[in-house]
Amino acid sequence: MDSEEYRDHPVRSYVLTSGRAHPSRNTLRPETLVRAVESRPVLSTAGRLERELVQLCHGTLALAEVAAYLQLPVSLVAVMVSDLVDAGNLTIRSNHQAHVLPGKDILEKILDGLRKL
Amino acid sequence: MDSASSDRTVPGQHLAPTVARSVKILVVGAFGVGKTTLIGAVSEIEPLRTEERITTASVGIDPGQPNKETTTVAMDFGRITVTEDIALYLFGTPGQRRFWDLWSGLADGAVGALVMIDTRHLEDSFEVLDQLELRTKIPFAVVVNQFPDSPDYPLERVRAALDLLPETPIVECDARDRQSAVLTLITLVEHAMTFPVFQKVNA
Repeated sequence: MDSEEYRDHPVRSYVLTSGRAHPSRNTLRPETLVRAVESRPVLSTAGRLERELVQLCHGTLALAEVAAYLQLPVSLVAVMVSDLVDAGNLTIRSNHQAHVLPGKDILEKILDGLRKL
Repeated sequence: MDSASSDRTVPGQHLAPTVARSVKILVVGAFGVGKTTLIGAVSEIEPLRTEERITTASVGIDPGQPNKETTTVAMDFGRITVTEDIALYLFGTPGQRRFWDLWSGLADGAVGALVMIDTRHLEDSFEVLDQLELRTKIPFAVVVNQFPDSPDYPLERVRAALDLLPETPIVECDARDRQSAVLTLITLVEHAMTFPVFQKVNA
């Protein structure tokens, strides 16, 4: 099997994201937490999906959750989220850099939490 | 893989406002090995599904439609708010790296991976384990999901058959059972704590 054959091919994203396949920031991950900035109205030029997305994020959700609720691929939602962060409508809640591994202190907290389940 | 009912995707299950950080664990394994079952057993939300489209020669992906040029690969996931400020996401994905790459950055920053095994189809897990051992530095634990007709192999025999490193944890589990599933996560995080890469405190 040629692994080069397996590539994301989000055809619709070229329409929905004005022809871009990649977000304007590369720190977004499926687990990245996002939330709407309530004080910032969505631009009148924003599309239906952008509005839906911002509305969905009136509480904190991970990017993957937003994608699942909107029934869109994560790769496409990452582009939309990135634009909405740039426009000031969304804020990234997770305050760490996505590629940085959690420290031992975080793992200990997770363990404590899991043991209480 | 159970089929998602349409009323599952009702939005509104937001995280508590105190949650400011997310971490993730991958749940990998062959089709039908119980990934979504395990995620559903521990998740505080009904497992959600997201799909990516791929172009493919359709080998082993979509046996029903062998001539399709594009297909979709689904990722089921759930979440657990483990402390008031940390949400743990569990992403279920077929084990091969080419699938992880569909979800940009899925493996980056992961605490680790649960590799789910069905002892009736042990050979299905060889490629997954090879990829984890050779191509990533992600800590992983092997979870033997017990099916009613699973052969009763001792764990040490499974360990030998899979050629696992001595320090790699291997546990039995009933993926339908919450406590059993939680124990697999605890085993994995305890194992991850021994990795030097996590020693740094970067709160």
